[in-house]
Amino acid sequence: MMELTTDIEALKDRARNIRIDLLKALNNCKSGHTGGSLSSVDILTVIYFSVMRYDPANPSWQDRDRFIMSKGHGAPALYATLALAGYFPREELNNLRKPASILQGHPEYDVSIGIEATTGSLGHGLSASNGIALAGKLDKKDYRVYALLSDGELQEGATWEAITTSSYRKLDNLCAIVDRNRFQNDGAMDKIKDISPVADKFVAFGWEVEELEDGHDIQSLINAFDRAKSTKGKPFAIIANTIKGKGVSIFENKGHYHGVAPSDEELKIALKELGEAA
Amino acid sequence: MSKSAYSDYVLEEPGESIYIREVYGKTLVDLGKSYSDIVVLDADLTVSTKTNLFGKEYPERFFTMGVSEQDMMATAAGFALAGKRPFASTFAIFATGRAWEHVRQSIAFPKLNVKIVATHAGVTVGEDGATHQALEDICLMRVLPNMRVIVPADAIETEQVIRTITDNDGPVYVRLARAKFPTIYNSKYKFELGKASILRHGSDVGIFAAGIMVSEALQAAKLLEEQGIDASVVNLSTIKPIDVETIVSVAEKTKAVITAEDHNIIGGLGGAVSEVLSEHCPTRLKRIGMKDRFGTSGNGMKLLEYFGLKANNIAEAAIEMLNSK
Ligand SMILES: Cc1ncc(C[n+]2csc(CCOP(=O)(O)OP(=O)(O)O)c2C)c(N)n1
Repeated sequence: MMELTTDIEALKDRARNIRIDLLKALNNCKSGHTGGSLSSVDILTVIYFSVMRYDPANPSWQDRDRFIMSKGHGAPALYATLALAGYFPREELNNLRKPASILQGHPEYDVSIGIEATTGSLGHGLSASNGIALAGKLDKKDYRVYALLSDGELQEGATWEAITTSSYRKLDNLCAIVDRNRFQNDGAMDKIKDISPVADKFVAFGWEVEELEDGHDIQSLINAFDRAKSTKGKPFAIIANTIKGKGVSIFENKGHYHGVAPSDEELKIALKELGEAA
Repeated sequence: MSKSAYSDYVLEEPGESIYIREVYGKTLVDLGKSYSDIVVLDADLTVSTKTNLFGKEYPERFFTMGVSEQDMMATAAGFALAGKRPFASTFAIFATGRAWEHVRQSIAFPKLNVKIVATHAGVTVGEDGATHQALEDICLMRVLPNMRVIVPADAIETEQVIRTITDNDGPVYVRLARAKFPTIYNSKYKFELGKASILRHGSDVGIFAAGIMVSEALQAAKLLEEQGIDASVVNLSTIKPIDVETIVSVAEKTKAVITAEDHNIIGGLGGAVSEVLSEHCPTRLKRIGMKDRFGTSGNGMKLLEYFGLKANNIAEAAIEMLNSK
């Protein structure tokens, strides 16, 4: 059983390590999504080390909470988190994006390593999460389902179909987190296709919502997940205002770091900022 | 041999390798000058599909639809209904997969003048992996009535395809890829919608290919030549409407047929050639392609090797077919 903690400093340190690991993995395979991986790290850290009930030694345990990485291109952040949680050795991150590796460019369903659904095509993950949450209700299980969505994903019509299902079905065992970094592939979202106001939309669709001004603040995240757990009769959405590329100054809020891996030079700078000797 | 086995519009040695999606972007920019009714839509992949080049030049006719492929296709249909000449671009998997029913109902059925030009088809997508490698798109588009399906083989052909479809009313799907494609044609080449082009004339085996596999097929013909085997190589860039006449004539002149595609062997080029030959000229054939499976992450060009989609695989298949006669 994973031992959870609310020790802020310990959680911050895990987040730091996840950032280091994912950047090394991205640099090693020379491709992948840097900015959107970094913006999700603190959310993942809190979910995996402070919130979810699961056991990496018994990955198919029926009563485990489930996490779905709906923004599948953030796979490096998920993989580094799963490695730190003990699903597989950290060295496996060296095989990111290699043929037949368990760590493909986008997550591929494999419960044995903690990947609960295949994602990567945006707009699928929340529907899958609804299905798992509905099954939990049917089976009278008390497990909870967590889905991490990108803000770009809210441009997909399918996402709104799922958002409607969650509230119509009163899925209070479901918590969706929106990584609101305000960038998408082509640049700043308000220059491509603005989706604001996000919180108001979720409220209008029948969700309980908490918007975090700083979606990287560990304590705020912990508090929001607590509120989610105690909310009855409605699904819960955490709108986490984040910074794309968070944690490395040269990547922060830079649109073009969406789909490129850090070069050797950039990795050096990043590791230094994150306090790791290269 | 006194007369070359190659058609005069073919480079006997592969030319420069070029991103055909970049050719698409540049051609759009050029067409934008004379066609004021061209509008371009894209679903948050403008830098990858190269529609951003058009966007820079003609911002008022460029529509960033966000990550909304279904919305993009039906909006493109609306532009066509209002008399515009819309091009809609995104990755092949999302254009044909996510948005399939919107394409069927809103574009193909009413036969609207929408040009769907999708990039990043096939395994050469590379590292993004199976979720992003469209291996079913030819099949999904080919099955739609009114839809034409074109898979250019190099930069020269890509430019001509884009110009041809601009002047040709009705729905069309053009399949482009992420990787650089070796140039196979010289300036004498003239693309004709619905017409296959014979690149090499041989009497032992007929190889039908499309896209990146055309240059592999040409290399395969060289390998076979070393073994004294004379291959015909055909670029079947228009997969629909398919060129029955050329397919049958090549099958009749040769002793075996091979198809080669960076797509599932079910429903794509191999399927299309099989349908034609079964009806018109029953011929044994072997399909090189993705053998009813999904892709994987890895270097795009190396994945061709990984999945047995290289010239040597085509040549081996040809030899096997000829030996088992
Ligand atoms: C259905 C679909 N369309 C397009 C893409 C290609 N794509 C990958 S990430 C992305 C958008 C990235 O922006 P966002 O979703 O907000 O993610 P983040 O900024 O958190 O990285 C796009 C368009 C995709 N993965 N799925």
